[in-house]
Amino acid sequence: MAETLTLRDVCILKEGMPLIEVDRSIAPGEVLTVMGPSGVGKSTLLAFLTGTLPRGFSGMGRIILGDEDVTDAPPHMRRMGILFQNDLLFPHMSVGGNAAFGLDPGGSRAARRDRVAEALADVGLADFEDRDPATLSGGQKARVSLVRMLLSEPRALLLDEAFSGLDAALRQQIRDLVFGRARARGLPVVMVTHDAEDACAAGGPVYELERYAG
Amino acid sequence: MPPARLPLWLRLLPPLTLLAMLGPVAAGLGGTLLPAFGIYPAAGMTSLTLDPFRDLGDWPGLASAIRLSLTTGLVSTAGALAIVVLFLAGWSGTRAFRLLERLLSPLLSVPHAATAFGLAFLIAPSGWLSRLLSPWATGWERPPDIAIVGDPWGLAMAAGLTVKEMPFLLLMSLAALGQVDGTHRMRVATALGYGRIGGWLKTVFPAVYAQIRLPVYVVLAYSMSVVDVALILGPSTPPTLSVQIVKWMGDPDLAMRLTAAAAALLQLALVAGALVFWRIGEIFAARLGARWIASGSRGARIDTLARPLALGAAATAALSVLLGLATLGIWSVAGFWGFPDPLPQGVDFRSWMRFAASGGGAVAQTALIALAATAISLALVIGCLEAEHRRRRPLSRRGLWLIYLPLLVPQTAFLPGLQTLLLTIGLSSGIGVVILAHVVFVLPYVFLSLGDPWRAWEPRYATIAAALGADPGRTMRAVRLPMLLRPVLTAAAVGAAVSIGQYLPTLIVGGGRVETLTTEAVALASGGDRRAIGVWSLAQTAAIILPFAVALIVPAWAFRNRRGLHG
Repeated sequence: MAETLTLRDVCILKEGMPLIEVDRSIAPGEVLTVMGPSGVGKSTLLAFLTGTLPRGFSGMGRIILGDEDVTDAPPHMRRMGILFQNDLLFPHMSVGGNAAFGLDPGGSRAARRDRVAEALADVGLADFEDRDPATLSGGQKARVSLVRMLLSEPRALLLDEAFSGLDAALRQQIRDLVFGRARARGLPVVMVTHDAEDACAAGGPVYELERYAG
Repeated sequence: MPPARLPLWLRLLPPLTLLAMLGPVAAGLGGTLLPAFGIYPAAGMTSLTLDPFRDLGDWPGLASAIRLSLTTGLVSTAGALAIVVLFLAGWSGTRAFRLLERLLSPLLSVPHAATAFGLAFLIAPSGWLSRLLSPWATGWERPPDIAIVGDPWGLAMAAGLTVKEMPFLLLMSLAALGQVDGTHRMRVATALGYGRIGGWLKTVFPAVYAQIRLPVYVVLAYSMSVVDVALILGPSTPPTLSVQIVKWMGDPDLAMRLTAAAAALLQLALVAGALVFWRIGEIFAARLGARWIASGSRGARIDTLARPLALGAAATAALSVLLGLATLGIWSVAGFWGFPDPLPQGVDFRSWMRFAASGGGAVAQTALIALAATAISLALVIGCLEAEHRRRRPLSRRGLWLIYLPLLVPQTAFLPGLQTLLLTIGLSSGIGVVILAHVVFVLPYVFLSLGDPWRAWEPRYATIAAALGADPGRTMRAVRLPMLLRPVLTAAAVGAAVSIGQYLPTLIVGGGRVETLTTEAVALASGGDRRAIGVWSLAQTAAIILPFAVALIVPAWAFRNRRGLHG
């Protein structure tokens, strides 16, 4: 089910003024890196893709996944998986509860439990289901967020400074893990970062944003 | 891209909330206006006349009632505000401040009636203070014959309102302080050689006051028209205007309701006038303040005198509520207690047993009304906040005024009209309408309590949930509400406390037939059975503390294994 993500003539406007323009296709397994200094509105591009642009911003152009135009779909129907700099694990749920949140409904309880257990074990977190997310280390939290996102079977992957909160050694490890999984599943990836190393590791095309003149 | 269209029920909630909050106020004012001009079909009166105002003018107590309304309201509001401001200016950040802050926060939940009774039992000529000081210090062998409680100038009443409203204004100011970053402002002021109080007044106070202006107006409007505190601590012949309105409303002669309606309009005008007066005062104070700031005086000498004064005033206010509660507790179990014994001769639980035997009905009604009014308010408020979140449009300044509006219109101005109206359209006044009347007052407090934590919630959790395929409804139920369990329950406790403490809406809209802990406790005021008053006031206080305890315990238990949610 590998699909291409196409951003056709996408333009994000802030109070009517153009902020970002992107016109690209991202092939399955490819990573488009969007770079630029903070404050140019990199993250609003991802917010446009998830359908959660804040008030005051507006977006033009089309978002096409495979051969489906999802530009007007509500956020929860788009299946755009996203990882932020903060893990944003739901603090009131266990690790298992977090992981299972995005699983499609249906199936027996045992089957759902097995899938969660398998996915957690797959990132080296076997038997972590009942843990409180607040008790995990930074790297463990990042891996749980990844598992949670992957279990929801996204059609594309968005990374919003996803590795900025991690220290250098961990950063490389998590980055490899995320890119590896995305490639294995053939997910198109849009990564927003201010770190050249992230861009290098991604290996894909790099799109440099500049502050809009005026 | 416009935010997704909201489902119908969510779109209907904000207007429904406004209706629930402002509908009864508007209807009540309308129901007051007509009888004030002689139109009262239920009593067969349908011709326009100014007679009700003439009758009101003929009432000999009118002048002193007006004077009392104005003085008690202005004195207690200015007093509470002055104590709060000086205390914050002189002591914020110190250990003494944190100690008193911790003491004052729970005092906020002590109901008005219990505060007033406690103060009365403390400072009356035969009160606990006088007993503790007699005869060794005062020489009194029997209670002196002076009117301390119920004095004709309303000083006891103003004192009661001051100590009751001070914790409210303090908490409001503390919330405002968090937003204006007083610590940094003070650091700059201190570096420039300003004294503590002078520096605070010049650099922090203007920003804080801008935030607490509406709560101050609420305190002023409330203090001018309060009934339960006036019945307990205020003068009785003649009483305050609001008390007299309630008396006329309860008169078997229906014609007196016309006079009551005219008086209600006068009360409304008085409050409006006092608010305008206060606003003019603000402008003058701002002018003088600006000149004082421009003068560059460091005000370092203010501290030596004003700091101890501020601490003393704040501590006195806190202690008088606490000691008042203690006095109520002692009286509730007192056997024979002759003057000037410092403590009763024996312990006697008869009053509590009588309460256990006969108080069940009032407890059940209180609980039912509080639960229903809080549930309705909470549902409406959560719906409004969720609509606000999904539209990505925060509450406007005008919206905030609308929320405060029911608290700014004096209760005595629209509740009599509401009851008259209900009577006219043939609605029997029962517990249902009392619940709706409570919603008018519960809703604003629930909104104010829940609004900030709701808006402070990290919106990227919603983005994550949506990216994981959860629709907005599931995001709210499964992520947002559980994460906000603590503030939701706190808001519910605030709502329940407001409902439990309501006196006038229960009395008037209930037509005197709905009995709650508060109405029963206040009804005891005229009888003077101190043991019964002690029991009922403590029961009322306990009823208010219970929901706060629930709001503390339930999240602590539910999240005992979730460290990320420990406040």
